Amino acid sequence: MVDQTASNSQLQAQDNVSLLTTHDGQPLKKSLAKALRREKLRALLLIAPLLLFIFLTFILPIADMLMRSVENDIVSNTLPQAVVELQAWDPQSGELPPESAYVALAADLKIAVKEKIHTRLGSRLNYDKAGMSGLFRKTGREMRKFDDNQPAKDQFISFDKDWGEIETFTVIRRLSPNYTDSYFLSSVDRERTSLGVQMKPENEQIYIKLFIRTIMMSILITLSCVLLGYPVAYLLATLPTKSSNMLLILVLLPFWTSLLVRTSAWKVLLQQQGVINDLLVWIGIIADDNRLVMINNMTGTIIAMTHILLPFMILPLYSVMKTISPSFVRASKSMGATDWTTFWKIYFPNTIPGIGAGSILVFILAIGYYITPELVGGTSGVFISNRIAYHISSSLNWGLAAALGAILLFLVLALYWVYDRIVGIDNVKLG
Amino acid sequence: MAVVTNFRPPLINFVVPMVALLVAIVGFFVGLTHLNGIIGLLIGAAIGGAVAYIIGNYIPVKWQGVLATAIAFGIGGYMLAGTIGLFTAGLFGAFVGHTVYWLSSGQYRRNVPIYSTSGQVLWHNTFRLGVCGFIFFFLIAPIIIIIPLSFNAQDFFTFTKEMLALDPKGYSLKHYADFLTNSSWTEAVKNSFIIAPIATLLATTFGTLAAIGLSQSHVPFRRSIMAMLISPMIVPLIVSATGMYFFYSDVGKFFTDTVGLSLGFVGYAKVILAHAALGTPFVIITVTATLVGFDKSLTRAAANMGANPVTTFFRIQMPLIIPGVVSGALFAFITSFDEVVVVLFLGSAAQKTLPWQMFTGLREQISPTILAAATLMVAISIVLLTVLEMLRRRSERLRGLTPA
Repeated sequence: MVDQTASNSQLQAQDNVSLLTTHDGQPLKKSLAKALRREKLRALLLIAPLLLFIFLTFILPIADMLMRSVENDIVSNTLPQAVVELQAWDPQSGELPPESAYVALAADLKIAVKEKIHTRLGSRLNYDKAGMSGLFRKTGREMRKFDDNQPAKDQFISFDKDWGEIETFTVIRRLSPNYTDSYFLSSVDRERTSLGVQMKPENEQIYIKLFIRTIMMSILITLSCVLLGYPVAYLLATLPTKSSNMLLILVLLPFWTSLLVRTSAWKVLLQQQGVINDLLVWIGIIADDNRLVMINNMTGTIIAMTHILLPFMILPLYSVMKTISPSFVRASKSMGATDWTTFWKIYFPNTIPGIGAGSILVFILAIGYYITPELVGGTSGVFISNRIAYHISSSLNWGLAAALGAILLFLVLALYWVYDRIVGIDNVKLG
Repeated sequence: MAVVTNFRPPLINFVVPMVALLVAIVGFFVGLTHLNGIIGLLIGAAIGGAVAYIIGNYIPVKWQGVLATAIAFGIGGYMLAGTIGLFTAGLFGAFVGHTVYWLSSGQYRRNVPIYSTSGQVLWHNTFRLGVCGFIFFFLIAPIIIIIPLSFNAQDFFTFTKEMLALDPKGYSLKHYADFLTNSSWTEAVKNSFIIAPIATLLATTFGTLAAIGLSQSHVPFRRSIMAMLISPMIVPLIVSATGMYFFYSDVGKFFTDTVGLSLGFVGYAKVILAHAALGTPFVIITVTATLVGFDKSLTRAAANMGANPVTTFFRIQMPLIIPGVVSGALFAFITSFDEVVVVLFLGSAAQKTLPWQMFTGLREQISPTILAAATLMVAISIVLLTVLEMLRRRSERLRGLTPA
């Protein structure tokens, strides 16, 4: 900023004495503009390799994921003719599609069965309507028997009576456009039925609950980080430099220790036959047959993640507290304020930027955590990230994984924008 | 905050009851484990009071008093609980001895203003030793506790009776032996040391260049460029991993099937590129931070004396920003060395890294070899931390700042 205003005023100065020239006869203004352009170009050339690198290795994959969350060309690619025929059919009419649609479907399916892609289509349609996967597999086996000279409709219905259901074709028709919002609808527990967008049945609603749980637990973790981080940051900021540097190492050591190491430590400590339970039993606070369940539930996730994220709270808080002049506190006390009033009215308000910065940082990190909830969270302590990983590696519903990821991404970007407003990305400090 | 040297709190009215209280609390828990809490409490109070009284009156030299209490408590502990009792009670005894001197010499008021009330002094010490002590304990204890557990002779994740009795039979190096010989662990270590250094090199080179570019005075779209370059740090790992999973598998297929590169090479390349992308923001942030304090007149002076830009960079700029570059590189290294999610998604079994192996080990509860691996990783992080601290000091010295 300072540089810019300085150069602006320089330029204005040039305007006033525009006759000045450099020694090779060029107007000074032109020469300066040229120098500026060269400097800009040099800066951009230095940045360009990384920009290209990040674009290729990071931005493109994210863009690809966003595309995948709405992309849906599998139906129109597998059943190109049937899709065209079905567009002409009105599902509201209460009648099955015309014979021509069945003929087109047969032609498409023959090719699909030969290329063995009909099962993939079946599992895609299965996300929207249960039973479609089985229907396509069964029909695929029966297609050998298909006779082109017989009426197609009756043959299909004899293969599987689901081909006589209007709902089957409604689903295919609905998913035939190349782009779909069905993944996003499922990630907020909604589905598109013949009656429009509706909530899924009660027992299939999981994602909204999971998002709320992820956010609630992240808030809880952030709060406990503030609670534990504030006193330590205060102590570090008020101690003489030499001793605070020593204590800072105790904060930085966990910060630098592998996430897996810390998670395994908590697994060792918290399990029922673990160190903490053994100690409590030995002292006699709890009975041997009544050991505390502290792992594979929410408690485990919250304790372990608070420990893991605590340094991310302490470091920004510490850097803010270090800048608060001790004379504020002394002035307040000299004017008769009690210790509590001084803290609450003078010191605490000055530390709020630090609390804000640390909280957003911890919250952003917590909301996308995967490893720790997976290892110590059991079933009740898992986050939305665990569900994304599940869809990637087990259920293979990649579109849904991409949609859930996109929602998480927008959530974090919104928070990041707030963080940038409050702290500024340039002011992120490490270590 | 003046040191109160001539202040001596009353022995009988203050030091004796305080120490008695301290020992009584511990005595209560010792009593609970042996027969009765209340009896332990009373015995503890009596012992604490007596120790404080004897030391306060007869042993003015600190080390003698501390040693005497440590020995006395140690013998008592040995009679109650054997070897482990000897050590813990001995340590506790030394702590009690120290407390007596700390209280009776008035040192506990050292860091509070002379006019503070006793309530303020109490709060001051409770805050420092109690509250902050507890939080530091919470931060460090989990990391420390796995070190002795990794020497467990049994396949348990907790302390055995032999370990508590400090019986050599309870300890062994077998988990370390397993770590060093078991092929799944050695492969993992090898992969980690292939992937992390290359990713670090890439991230540091690109990151440093870009940071130098960004620190120039006239950069168009500076904010947007910065936001884009920092984004790998902000986007949740699971989202990055999901995106990369789709994209890299398509691109990887293209390179193996169409271009004809080997599967192994493409597998490593995918993980390395992904890790390099994740590591660059740290390099940019640390190098930019170093450049902010960089005195631009130095480069102008060099140019003035006839040095060309390349010479200026290597002779003037580089030595000054090298601490920032190295600490950025360390961050990039630890990011890659520590990373699980992306490897888990992108890599095949051939690229299994150390964290991945630990992750599967923890999920399937196989063996305490994980703890041996964890202990070694703690050692690595201590080394990294030390290097970083030395760099920070060097950087401050070079730039003529007073150590902060």
